[in-house]
Amino acid sequence: MNAEQAPNSPHIAVVGASLAGWRAAEQLRRSEFGGTITLIGDEPHQPYDRPPLSKQVLAGDWPAERTVLAPEDQLRELDLTARFGTRAIGLNLADRTLTLAPAPPAGADQGDYELGDHDTEELGFDGLIIATGARCRALPTGGLSGIHTLRTLDDAMAITEAFDAHPSRVAVVGAGFIGAEVAATARGRGLEVTMIEALPIPLGRVLGEDIGQLCAELHREHGVDLRLGVGVEHFVGGPEDRVTGVVLTDGSTVDADVVVVGIGVIPNTEWLEGSGLELDNGVMCDETCLAAPGVVAVGDVACWRHVTFDEVMRVEHWENAVEQGKFGANRLLKWFETGDDSASSEPYAPVPWFWSDQYDRKLQLAGRIRSDDTSEIVTGSLEERRFATIFGRSGKLVGVFGMNRPRHVMQYRQLITEGATWDEALSFAKE
Amino acid sequence: MRVVVDYDLCESNAVCMAVAPEIFEVRDDDFLYVLNETPDEAMREKLVEAAERCPKQAIAIADD
Repeated sequence: MNAEQAPNSPHIAVVGASLAGWRAAEQLRRSEFGGTITLIGDEPHQPYDRPPLSKQVLAGDWPAERTVLAPEDQLRELDLTARFGTRAIGLNLADRTLTLAPAPPAGADQGDYELGDHDTEELGFDGLIIATGARCRALPTGGLSGIHTLRTLDDAMAITEAFDAHPSRVAVVGAGFIGAEVAATARGRGLEVTMIEALPIPLGRVLGEDIGQLCAELHREHGVDLRLGVGVEHFVGGPEDRVTGVVLTDGSTVDADVVVVGIGVIPNTEWLEGSGLELDNGVMCDETCLAAPGVVAVGDVACWRHVTFDEVMRVEHWENAVEQGKFGANRLLKWFETGDDSASSEPYAPVPWFWSDQYDRKLQLAGRIRSDDTSEIVTGSLEERRFATIFGRSGKLVGVFGMNRPRHVMQYRQLITEGATWDEALSFAKE
Repeated sequence: MRVVVDYDLCESNAVCMAVAPEIFEVRDDDFLYVLNETPDEAMREKLVEAAERCPKQAIAIADD
């Protein structure tokens, strides 16, 4: 189909009802799209916000309802058909149809779940927004209970319940951002925590050795038993197949009755295999988020060439889900008007940004940094745990990291957006 | 049009300051200051963007 054949009242299917999909649906209406919208999400819940899960929800401070992004009245206002608890399991680009099925019940392994033909249905579309996000990488549990990952509201409720039961020790596997937040929240609840990280320095590859070292110190100061440079060999269990400990690659055992594994995510693209879309660490899009004629991908699942960083990227940040969701919705509407012509479309080229709250520190990173970038502290110091560091490459400012320096992070982020040189950034620092 | 910040939610990420520096300022004390609580209608688009991009969803626009 091309743009000339687009029907007068087209139907847009949004697959994925988390932040990116929800923002995309909202933007379609805001841009005065008058056709029909179906919002399909495999979780049973209304769209909700994930950042509070590892913080306020796990801390026991917020009830689950407080994370809702789209209350019933807002859903109604958008005049869309919501299909929650439904999963897209196939895409036929030639016929422009999706195959839908009931989502597996929470906790069911994908492999255990088999569909009868009668359970599936076909849904036609004129435009498609793919926002199926990502899921947690898991470790083999050996059939033990008490081993969690944290991605969904149901995950968070299960961990909260486990924390409420006063476990004697929580083992956190992975000292990345999710692991660090879970550890910080568990310590805030007075729980004993052991954190296990395969790298010698947590976040060392992302933030460099000095800042990574500082993150390690933060954990230790807050009473976390931090085990670095070791991996998980296997889990051990006790009565009723409940986990009782973690055997590490150095042969030691950590006794724990709750385990939270935070070792990264995998983009949810399996349902698109064989569809003709290019899948390579996500759904490959052009620089305007178009993955195929009339198909855009947004949020954690989308991979695209970023024209100013000259890099193919997939961004898992909260803000990117908001921005790319909105951008992708508008790109799709433009496709209805003018077709595939991406050359005349604005490229999607934001300066990625994210934050992480750990203990009483706020960590923020904007831009794209690599371990061999030049770096310089422009305000504060590592010692006072309140500083901003800028990163440069090939004479350009490419990133800024801040610990409790939000104002500076945003100022340098703006400079990155403006294409500032490294020298310009340094002279800005001296002002 | 009135800018309402829920300071119990606000954690001074300063995203709003980047979007609408005329209205929001995070100062060196790490607190957010609203420079103009009743901005002109012309600012609405920027305010909506600031509210949407606030990672704590701490900003609201009241029409009263």
